[in-house]
Amino acid sequence: MIIDECYKIRLENIFEGPMDLLVYLITKNEINIYDIPIALITDQYLEYLKWMKSMDVDLAGDFIVMAATLVHIKSKMLLPIHGDEEPEEDPRQEITRPLLEYLQMKSAAEFLAERNFLGADTFVRNFAEEDYPIDKGNEMIRVGLFELIQAFQKIFAQMSEQHRVDLTTDAISIKDKISELVDILEKKGSVGLDELYSKNAGNSEIIITFLAILEMAKLCIISMFQQVQTGDIRLLYL
Amino acid sequence: MTLNLKNIVESLLFVAEGPLTVKFIKNILSESDIQEIRNALQELQDEYEARQGGFYLREVAGGYQFCTCPEYKEWIQRMKKPHSTRLSKAALETLAIIAYKQPLIRSDIEHIRGVDCGGILHMLLERKLIRVLGRKEIPGRPLIYATTKEFLELFDLKDLKDLPTPKEIEDLTPSTAEQLDENAFKNLKISAGKVEKSA
Repeated sequence: MIIDECYKIRLENIFEGPMDLLVYLITKNEINIYDIPIALITDQYLEYLKWMKSMDVDLAGDFIVMAATLVHIKSKMLLPIHGDEEPEEDPRQEITRPLLEYLQMKSAAEFLAERNFLGADTFVRNFAEEDYPIDKGNEMIRVGLFELIQAFQKIFAQMSEQHRVDLTTDAISIKDKISELVDILEKKGSVGLDELYSKNAGNSEIIITFLAILEMAKLCIISMFQQVQTGDIRLLYL
Repeated sequence: MTLNLKNIVESLLFVAEGPLTVKFIKNILSESDIQEIRNALQELQDEYEARQGGFYLREVAGGYQFCTCPEYKEWIQRMKKPHSTRLSKAALETLAIIAYKQPLIRSDIEHIRGVDCGGILHMLLERKLIRVLGRKEIPGRPLIYATTKEFLELFDLKDLKDLPTPKEIEDLTPSTAEQLDENAFKNLKISAGKVEKSA
């Protein structure tokens, strides 16, 4: 009987993960989430895994972990509780709690889905660049690592000699620098590379700023552009 | 010519590229006090609402902005080339988790969703709906994520407190509400408190 039902459902539902499958089984069987019949759910769950294997679906490890959790709970429930032992909490809590949280977040996602979506339901006046002819002088191109290093060397060359040998440590960390830069970029949206260096910045600060920029580019927080005419590099906050 | 504060505020809103905060308007109108500006905004909001026109003044992401009424989306879509694509169910779930539990790391999200979220996180970062706050000082130094102002703008939210508490969500969706009892609501209130703190 399960086989027939499975067939019907599989056509209309693709489970994204083990939690999705579990939620589906619970709704299908009209189960009270606080009193999950573990044996029944485990059986049906394993039935699905078997089917997925037979269909050559690349079974993600997550599904197996959930199966193991279910079986683990089932075995725990089978163990007798001795008189003098502390009564433990219901082993099913291990699955009930995450399920409740997941359901909550699913509902939150539905709430978001029903909001007026900017750009689809509501629109604001926009000043997007395609509405205006692009000024060739301000055109930006994407730059790579070497342009960045060159720009860095330029800044380095401008530094006064007295800062060249500066062995004091205990400067700010890259992490702090990143959050500092993010704050600046949040305010301005984009910023010129030169603006980020104060004229009397020490070597370590220059290097940390440089490393922070590289790290941010790697994390896709910013992208870098170089102005065609002046060669100035600008960082754009994504 | 007498200074008409309401008209000045209206003109600022008209040319602004994004939502204007009261603080920002105050910086421009340094001669007026903040309460006068608030009143002007409220009056404008009321006027546009009473007018029942094609657009209204919405309060979003901590500021104010003109936007069109959803009733007219069909015609606007005919005029504009679409540039804002809706998000998938998986992306919405991930975003909801980040919005409610922020700041958090990737494994927190994957723990709740039970599936890998790397691709979705990358997409959300690219669309600027979430941002990286830094790294958590635990093995692997994972990135810490939080939502952005753009997230609020996209979903027409005033601020993070504008998100319904999980209890309110359950009331909206009766199907799951039946399965929950008071015990669950207790947990929900706790997580709602967390959101407010981080807001």
